Amino acid sequence: MNGAEALIKCLEMQGVEYIFGYSGGAAIPIFDALITTNTKIKLIQVRHEQGATHMADGYARATGKPGVVLVTSGPGATNTITGLITAQMDSVPIIVLCGQTISPMLGKDAFQEADVFGISLPAVKHSYLVSETTDIPRIVHESFLVASTGRPGPVLIDLPKDITSAEAEFDLSPELDLPGYTFPKNGDSDTIKKIAKALSKARKPLLLVGHGVVLSKADELITKLAERLNCPVVSTLLGKGAFPENHNLALGMLGMHGTGYANKAVYECDLIFSLGSRWDDRIAGNLEEFCKDAVKIHLDIDASEEGKLLQPDIFCHGDASLVIEELIGYCNKLDIDPWVKKCAKFKKDFPLKYEQSPDKLTMQEVLDEFNTLTEGQAIVSTDVGQHQMFAAQFMNSSRGFNWLSSGGAGTMGFGFPAAIGAALGRPEEIVIAVCGDGGFQMTMCELATAALYKLPVKILVLNNSYLGMVRQWQELFFDNRLSGVDMEGNPDFVKFAECYEHSKGFRITKPSEVKKVLSEALAYNDGPCVIEAVVAKTDNVYPMIPSGAGYDKMLLEAPTEKLDKPTGST
Amino acid sequence: MKNSNSHTISIMVVNKPGVLMRVGQVFSRRGFNIDSLVVSSGFDSKYARMTISAQSFCGDLSQIKKQLSKLVDVMHCIEHDNTNSITKELALIKVACDVTNRTEILQIVEHFDSKTVGLNKKSVIIEVTGNSDKIDAMLVLLEDYKVIELVRTGKVLMARGGEET
Repeated sequence: MNGAEALIKCLEMQGVEYIFGYSGGAAIPIFDALITTNTKIKLIQVRHEQGATHMADGYARATGKPGVVLVTSGPGATNTITGLITAQMDSVPIIVLCGQTISPMLGKDAFQEADVFGISLPAVKHSYLVSETTDIPRIVHESFLVASTGRPGPVLIDLPKDITSAEAEFDLSPELDLPGYTFPKNGDSDTIKKIAKALSKARKPLLLVGHGVVLSKADELITKLAERLNCPVVSTLLGKGAFPENHNLALGMLGMHGTGYANKAVYECDLIFSLGSRWDDRIAGNLEEFCKDAVKIHLDIDASEEGKLLQPDIFCHGDASLVIEELIGYCNKLDIDPWVKKCAKFKKDFPLKYEQSPDKLTMQEVLDEFNTLTEGQAIVSTDVGQHQMFAAQFMNSSRGFNWLSSGGAGTMGFGFPAAIGAALGRPEEIVIAVCGDGGFQMTMCELATAALYKLPVKILVLNNSYLGMVRQWQELFFDNRLSGVDMEGNPDFVKFAECYEHSKGFRITKPSEVKKVLSEALAYNDGPCVIEAVVAKTDNVYPMIPSGAGYDKMLLEAPTEKLDKPTGST
Repeated sequence: MKNSNSHTISIMVVNKPGVLMRVGQVFSRRGFNIDSLVVSSGFDSKYARMTISAQSFCGDLSQIKKQLSKLVDVMHCIEHDNTNSITKELALIKVACDVTNRTEILQIVEHFDSKTVGLNKKSVIIEVTGNSDKIDAMLVLLEDYKVIELVRTGKVLMARGGEET
């Protein structure tokens, strides 16, 4: 057995179903081993390495299992960097296997050599440059452990061609050697009791649910906790679905483009309990003003999140499932009926709304209808921008693992390939990729991949012929000087869809067509389809809290006065 | 190394390629400048010890310490100050020195409990050991002469008594 074959055997032992790959010289031995080992692992032949990483990421977000990428050295490997940072920022377990030049040529500018170990360092949870063939099994098993435990994240393995080609005797289940790696399980019981006590004293408490709750598979427990306490729940962009969005205690997404009612509740609460969220700048806005007088409690699996942005009154270091389970035991129904009623009133007074007219097609209307037709049960992946925020507002998630969106990195081009990964991981479900015309064009070469494997991904391209979110900022903060946002030269997306076998194109141009066309698209399952919705060009996303501002500065609709330039992060 | 905001942390890491880059990145990403960095194999050669002094311009080092502890190859990471640890540094100083000023320079050497480890007609090499302040003080006195070269090892440190370094 050679190193590459041992690698494939170990991937099998880890339960890998798919490898998202793109070959090249330095990776030939590994691709060869996919044949010589007769493995059941299926190679998904992508069209660009970035797409492979987002597919693995989407697979991981939809299934909870690490996604695996296989690429060649040099440019093949550097094309994975965007996918690595996307997974790193959102704590998603992926394993990236890179071919590398032969060991004696390392550092000598060999053909297609890049210092991938060095280039990728800030974008990974951990990484390896393999120097001994017999180390391969240990490194593979360590990689899966590191990627998927604690706060998950990407792991990269750089595999020189001579190492993968060499024959050796292998121990396929060697002892792991990770003396410095630890991750927490239970939280400290005294701290958890303190949290229960703080909750019992609160009159206007809020639970803030983040991605950590999804990753820890704590969705049922968080529902139990909220119901036990009778406490309203807001959710981050990535926490969507951890708490059912149709629950009467659910206030939806908070933050920059969160719902008016969630943000009103955040502004007024006297206790905010973040579970698996990191007070990101899209949520906290102005850190000094954010929930200024409220008690702040923070539960996180990553100790370095404590006090990173905001100093909590209580910090609990632990795994969300285990901590919530213990906490439930200490909690009783809170005597906070007036607050629950007030939150319900916020919902009534500040609902999500959009303009409906027979002549104007809006992103919201298309998304709202898609949500209705799929009863909020579809897996939805998104790109980044206005359509992403509208999707977060109008596409409900009834469970975790159904909402795939690049939150931290904000990677355009993520949505469609991520949907391919999800469609492979959960073939029985409806998978919708919500994209803008800008983001879709960044990775639309993967339509070949979706068509090749006849994956019935529904790609909704909300086409306003602009980079809409940037245009919105230029309109609001830069006197409408539009620079670099006009997507003039867009292709005919329907024609593009139909130039691949098994792929179909649909177009919506007016509100009266929405339901009919979306229903047709849902009925087409012989391959992917692109649904181009030609929407209003200059709509803006509201509610909006300008970057770096306090929650009292929330705009529920277009401002009548000129706004100051935002002070927060981009 | 004179700055009062300077912090020293001792990090025990797994002795593997790349670990220094991972540690360095935690500092550079936040714009921290490393003043001194000493890396050497531990008593058990599977591990290595890093002693790092850095100036912080945005508060304390607690965030850095947590980020370091999180690295897969870091065993532990502890911040030390002068009261709970022994700190030492060694410097080699080559000073221009001839028959006219040799006696004066040797007096300084004697005063600082240091020694000469090389001597010729034109220069002397001084070896001085102690805490960093002592070396700084000696260098101030040597400013009156011509310091040709200076090599400092950077700070190494060990926790006192039963404390772990």
